[in-house]
Amino acid sequence: MLDITNLHASVEGTEILHGVDLTIKPGEVHAIMGPNGSGKSTLAQVIAGHPSYEVTAGSIVFEGSDVLELAAEARAQAGLFMAFQYPVEIRGITNAYFLRAAVNSVRKAQGLEELDTIDFLDVLEKKLAAIGWEDSFLNRPVNEGFSGGEKKRNEILQMAVLEPKLAVLDETDSGLDIDAVKAVAEAVTKLRSPERSILIVTHYQRILNYLTPDHVHVLADGKIVRSGGKELALKLEELGYDWLRDEAVAIS
Amino acid sequence: MSTIDTHVQKPYQYGWETDIESDTAPAGLSEDTIRLISAKKNEPEWLLEWRLNAFRHWLTLKEPTWANVQYDPIDYQAIHYYSAPKQQKQLESMDEVDPKLLETFEKLGIPLSEQKRLAGVAVDAVFDSVSVATTFKKTLSEAGVIFLPFSEAVLEHPDLVQRYLGSVVPHTDNFFAALNSAVFTDGSFVFIPKGVRCPMELSTYFRINATSTGQFERTLIVAEAGAYVSYLEGCSAPMRDENQLHAAVVELVALDDAQIKYSTVQNWYPGDENGKGGIYNFVTKRGACRGRNSKISWTQVETGSAITWKYPGCILQGDNSIGEFYSVAVTNNRQQADTGTKMIHIGKNTRSTIVSKGISAGRSQNTYRGQVKIMKGAENARNYSQCDSMLIGDQCGAHTFPYIDVRNSTATMEHEASTSKIGEDQIFYCQQRGISAEDAVSMIVNGFCKEVFRELPMEFAVEAQNLLGITLEGSVG
Repeated sequence: MLDITNLHASVEGTEILHGVDLTIKPGEVHAIMGPNGSGKSTLAQVIAGHPSYEVTAGSIVFEGSDVLELAAEARAQAGLFMAFQYPVEIRGITNAYFLRAAVNSVRKAQGLEELDTIDFLDVLEKKLAAIGWEDSFLNRPVNEGFSGGEKKRNEILQMAVLEPKLAVLDETDSGLDIDAVKAVAEAVTKLRSPERSILIVTHYQRILNYLTPDHVHVLADGKIVRSGGKELALKLEELGYDWLRDEAVAIS
Repeated sequence: MSTIDTHVQKPYQYGWETDIESDTAPAGLSEDTIRLISAKKNEPEWLLEWRLNAFRHWLTLKEPTWANVQYDPIDYQAIHYYSAPKQQKQLESMDEVDPKLLETFEKLGIPLSEQKRLAGVAVDAVFDSVSVATTFKKTLSEAGVIFLPFSEAVLEHPDLVQRYLGSVVPHTDNFFAALNSAVFTDGSFVFIPKGVRCPMELSTYFRINATSTGQFERTLIVAEAGAYVSYLEGCSAPMRDENQLHAAVVELVALDDAQIKYSTVQNWYPGDENGKGGIYNFVTKRGACRGRNSKISWTQVETGSAITWKYPGCILQGDNSIGEFYSVAVTNNRQQADTGTKMIHIGKNTRSTIVSKGISAGRSQNTYRGQVKIMKGAENARNYSQCDSMLIGDQCGAHTFPYIDVRNSTATMEHEASTSKIGEDQIFYCQQRGISAEDAVSMIVNGFCKEVFRELPMEFAVEAQNLLGITLEGSVG
């Protein structure tokens, strides 16, 4: 599904990622954890194709093709989705309109017929029902006046509607109270499937209580320094990131 | 280059020129020029005197400099004040119009021939200094509506024209209004008699074609008691390296319970990306709500012109009268716009609403300038103003100058203003959902302008949205 090899990336001339390797197979859930400033969000943004980041070495292969040559919208059209840490507001455009524009752009790129308003509403209602949410914010402008929790839920709704092959969740749990983390994680769990992979980028272990990862990686100073199963997350929770840092110092 | 820069660049689509033989007055402005224009149009003596009077007043005036725009001095003696396509005789039907002219308007999306006309919209097509065709004349006259080129209206309805001409914008109003009063050539005249609801949208399309000419049109719309009309104007011009002057005057009069809805989609040539060429659009537009419960609504979408200087306003004289101004002004490259409105509350319980959306891209400057004046006798007057600016890129400017003058303590005034920026992050967000950068900008801008677009007649709302997409294409990279 996704193969990242020796990825180096910089922003405004400063290198943030110093050689990241990561392989995700279909249906797997991976978690990337790490302290603030370790490069977690940079990794998510680089995968999604944010223009502010420059890849200086390495490769990202998604579904067998090199995505570094593709613009962000082409990556999205190929089935790569990112839930934003800070979802953006778009005034005057309703959520329903935005979602339809997104779905139709993707359908168009895949050579499928675009959906009209009525067909699209059918799809939307089914998705909402599937993740157990009401449709109250479909007619509100995109993220405008949304609470932090509503914004993150809206990201997951977009994921449900766009049906990506790979979803990168960039700190989807940050700024949420415990109930909201649970609600979001449970909705994502419902979207798991053998064909869909998920990469969770997070600072805290708690979202992983509800959304169990197959693999956990620790990113520190722009490199993956440790990988393991879900128990690694628990150990981090208990001992903190300093434990790894101390260990690294001890080894060197 | 950033995404934002490449997105706002797209060549002007209407920049071609029609090769047609024309009858053009020599350059220069004097009483003789005015006599020549008046003679070409077989005008009555009173109108010639009216023009000369305005010209003599104009000679005493200085060009205004208070607007937030910069340009080299205009040489008023280098302009041709009259240019008309050559035409042998009075036309009996549309079939006799020069095919080149019909083709010109067809290319602009304004078909004039009988078979292809826009359904439900009557069009007056003005080419340089003259009106070349007016559609649906018969349907309209059956309803009692007069919709004529101004020069024909002067001959056929001299009393009506004389009664209302200059009654809202007198020649003493300002420098450009005085100039227009002296040399205006054509435009539209609309008269909706008492109690009549105009059966279709009326529209005038202005095309500047000849080189070194100015266009000085005059539009006068009168809605008698209980009448209703929706009117739309559109415009474009060829791409030329020189600047061309367009100084129009529009006067609206609404009597008791009458309603006039006036919409503009302005797309004059804006000049190239370095600011060479383009139209100077120095226009005076005003509506008088003379009657009780009358209503005048201005909706404008301004995307063209090198420089825009216009403040469509309302004089709310009748009790309970309503004035509205909805505006989208987009500037790109080196364009400069100084636009807004004037709402003068005189009658009791008068209400005004101002919604202005300014979008600046490239190195352009976009200024909102608005005046709200509540006079002593205007008991319980209400105004709501909302001015929003959007910046695309970091080399443009947005400015807001609200002037508020309240002389009656029962007035209610509300003013809201905001400035936002289309950022890379907003565009990236859309791209991450599969939407291209261009579609994203177009969507974000359309969302920003929604409150104004919904005031436009349906057909034109779509046109305006597309126009905005074109104007801003290439502004994001």
